[in-house]
Amino acid sequence: MEPISIAGTPKTPTVQFDSGSGKVEIKGRSIPENSIEFYKPLVDWLENYLSTPASLTEVNIQLEYFNTSSSKCILDVFKKLEAIYKSGNEVVINWYYEEDDEDMLEAGEDYQSIIKIPFKMIELED
Amino acid sequence: MAFDVQEWLDNYNKDEILFLFKGEITGTLITDSLDKIESKTEDASNKAKKKIYNVLVECMQNLFHHSSVLPTDGSTKEQGKYGICLLSKNSVGYHITTGNFIQKKHKDFLSKHLSHINSLDKDELKDLYKDILNNQEFSEKGGGGLGMVDISRKSGSKLDYKFHDYHKGYYFFSLNIKIVE
Repeated sequence: MEPISIAGTPKTPTVQFDSGSGKVEIKGRSIPENSIEFYKPLVDWLENYLSTPASLTEVNIQLEYFNTSSSKCILDVFKKLEAIYKSGNEVVINWYYEEDDEDMLEAGEDYQSIIKIPFKMIELED
Repeated sequence: MAFDVQEWLDNYNKDEILFLFKGEITGTLITDSLDKIESKTEDASNKAKKKIYNVLVECMQNLFHHSSVLPTDGSTKEQGKYGICLLSKNSVGYHITTGNFIQKKHKDFLSKHLSHINSLDKDELKDLYKDILNNQEFSEKGGGGLGMVDISRKSGSKLDYKFHDYHKGYYFFSLNIKIVE
């Protein structure tokens, strides 16, 4: 599978998906007006990855901001990862948030309560 | 007397205005505005800064997606897809104020949605957010009724809003969000 590597912009995050190493990373800002357009290729990639995943998929989500239009798309990403986890593969989700950013921690906890995969909440120090 | 946008806006003159936009809302404008806003909130705590930014993104994208287009035949003072976004500061904290035009059917929907949000406490808002996120269909652009719930959660205060009669079935919808440091 071809990896995905997308550089970040002021409105969209940096994305690195690599099936060989099992790394799935989304970092930066996700505030596009049309988030489905941005996330559809990522969700499609994960759908393909589901058939031959790495033995361990390590997911790093480190968002500074995301809008509500992205929040449903991010849930779609997690649902694909949940399917990989449910089919017996190891998946770890690391949810990063900046020191004192309780809103971002809470956003991670909201996802954690919907998605049945172990989440690790990691506070980034200044 | 008919509702006057400028008179309404003048009410905020007593506060310190950090950012003001009036006119047609576009995607590029949102990007440029957010850049400016970041430099205007450098005095705020990290926590408040993030809340301001988050709420502003939602507000401006609401204006972008949901404003009705006013007639351009000269029958109204404002025209087209007109919106206002104001960031101000006073002794209470930061205020994000928006205004845009909507039609009657949207007013009825929004009015119900907002009064429901305001009737909920913190935990109920969290549950509503998760319910909409997980169970409801979204529009093709990815929107779907989460914006106002998110704004209310981030601000931690009730939404202060009003519908002003404007012109032949058009209403000016004003929203004021308080962010306390």
